[in-house]
Amino acid sequence: MNKINQKPKLAVWKFASCDGCQLSLLDCEDELLALADEIEIANFPEASRAFIPGPYDLSLVEGSITTPEDKERIQDVRRQSKYLVTIGACATAGGIQALRNLKDVKEFIDIVYAHPDYINTLATSSAIADHVLVDFELRGCPINKRQLLEVITAFLHGRKPNISRYSVCIECKRRGMACLTVTQGAPCLGPVTQAGCGAICPAYNRGCYGCFGPTETPNTESLANWLLDKGMITDDLVRLFRTYNAQSSAFKKESDRHE
Amino acid sequence: MSEGTKTRTIKVDYLARVEGEGAMYLKIHEGKLEDVQLKIFEPPRFFEGILRGRKFSEAPDITARICGICPVAYQMSAVHAMEDAFGVTVDGPLRELRRLLYCGEWISSHTLHIYMLHAPDFLGYESAVHMAKDHRTEVERGLQLKKTGGEIMSFIGGREIHPVNVRVGGFYKVPTKREMQNFREKIEKARDAALKTVNWVSTFDFPDFEQDYTFVSLQHPNEYPMNEGRIVSNKGLDITAANYDDHFEEIHVERSTALHCVMKDSGQSYHVGPLARYALNFDRFPTDIQKIAKKAGLGKVERNPFRSIIVRSIEVLYACEEALRIIDDYQEPVEPFVEIEPKAAMGYAATEAPRGILYHRYKINEKGEILDADIIPPTSQNQKMIEDDLWKFVPQYIGKPDETLQWHAEQAIRNYDPCISCATHFLKLDVERS
Repeated sequence: MNKINQKPKLAVWKFASCDGCQLSLLDCEDELLALADEIEIANFPEASRAFIPGPYDLSLVEGSITTPEDKERIQDVRRQSKYLVTIGACATAGGIQALRNLKDVKEFIDIVYAHPDYINTLATSSAIADHVLVDFELRGCPINKRQLLEVITAFLHGRKPNISRYSVCIECKRRGMACLTVTQGAPCLGPVTQAGCGAICPAYNRGCYGCFGPTETPNTESLANWLLDKGMITDDLVRLFRTYNAQSSAFKKESDRHE
Repeated sequence: MSEGTKTRTIKVDYLARVEGEGAMYLKIHEGKLEDVQLKIFEPPRFFEGILRGRKFSEAPDITARICGICPVAYQMSAVHAMEDAFGVTVDGPLRELRRLLYCGEWISSHTLHIYMLHAPDFLGYESAVHMAKDHRTEVERGLQLKKTGGEIMSFIGGREIHPVNVRVGGFYKVPTKREMQNFREKIEKARDAALKTVNWVSTFDFPDFEQDYTFVSLQHPNEYPMNEGRIVSNKGLDITAANYDDHFEEIHVERSTALHCVMKDSGQSYHVGPLARYALNFDRFPTDIQKIAKKAGLGKVERNPFRSIIVRSIEVLYACEEALRIIDDYQEPVEPFVEIEPKAAMGYAATEAPRGILYHRYKINEKGEILDADIIPPTSQNQKMIEDDLWKFVPQYIGKPDETLQWHAEQAIRNYDPCISCATHFLKLDVERS
């Protein structure tokens, strides 16, 4: 992707987010220096004062779009980037802050107009793919750092990232754990949530709460009915689907259905 | 950056090596500093609005998402505030495990700041990666130390960013005694690295700059504070978290999407974080840590904010020793959590995030739903303090070229390890209504 002897250029961009997903790059303690030998970290303000102008071979985008300025800025990021990869639930599904999308819009506008400073806040939080073409979406709240390294490596070598689309249940079974829902009746989104975390919640004796968003073709309706049958109250069911990936279509549809 | 004959403005549109989106603006007219602004433009995420109508049990997971660097701090303040509301005390091994989890976050967050965000300023590098070209051993040591902090968080919490194992009343699952012992060796190595870190950072050159700060931190009768204690200052304050609102207030400043905090009685800024904790709790350190601090050139009180890097390194060393103590004393609890019966109540808590006091207040109804939430993070409390530092510090370097002056001013901001992602998310939905 580059002239010989020229390192590919990586840029990291932040929109509305908690910083956790870009921190995952710095959390690759064993690989960071080796990675920095292979690629040029051209724009990563959280880690460096140095700034090298675009174009960039790979842009990692964290966070969701919540302001008019950011709506413009993401266009600019896209123009400068050969590949654009979103990292995390905010960039991929609007994040926890997208719960504001469900609030009374009028109430929100009142707040906005009471103080001109806030006029620049949009009424919704939206995913990056709602605004520009995204080459790959890496899921998770937060993302898994092993998956992040895989995505960076894949794009820098011009191949498709090897990220599985199956559900948390598969990872849970691979860890040899007994199903919490079957054995304890615990509400668990594992059957409808994409793998990638390593099924850590079941491993810590709690049901999955859906950080990685819907898996491929999730049967949310079946799971929801099953949970209701087991005695879960509707409000709790709605809340279960409305957290970090509330705006991703399968979870949104299911929570809306029960409201 | 522009330089006229009489007026210079120094603008940094996007501050580097801080967490989140902020900018700095300095205006100098005829050699005199005329304006200082730390601008925070990170978009608000309205967490306090999001929390309304959610269950009390969801607060630790939801508030963790305020900050990827210090999620444990949010989880700890949330669970303690809820337990305060419901009149529950969590003690014994569960209390110790919470402290161990917090040790992990202090080690991880402080080491990130020491090695990757702050040390490059002292040694004149753009980043830790640039610094590694000449100081590879040190950077590798920092990365390994940071990694151990993250591993403690993963071990107790399930993962290092947004741990999954914390719940109101305790944990979902607790480790066995053997699992705890297996972790010991790693932390012993980390303690050695932490000691080397103290020695390393104490050799840096520090600008001559001291301020008569009002330090505010938690204080506990016999331990260095993390999860529990009264809120005290070096100017006579001594209150519980429930009285926080009577003594501190937030002021909305136009240029910032975060609120500025001041003390109500004086209207003045105050200082939270490692320097404050250290000054108010030095005698709670074990004797060996006190000796190492003295050897590193620290007094019982440290008023030079640039030397906060040494204080952070002392806190990392302490967190390693404390983690070892907790592991050695550990007895498996009978149950992983205390049962909670929600009721209509107010709950308050403050805990010591790596960057200072993190205050949570919740109003809960009889169904256990959150009616109202108020969260005040450390960086919001330090924001005015940072500007006050710049007002005093920048004039010392006013004759220097813009580039030098700018870098010094950035470094003065980074003294506080500002976490702008945290500071921004607290625009209260109701407060701003006209």
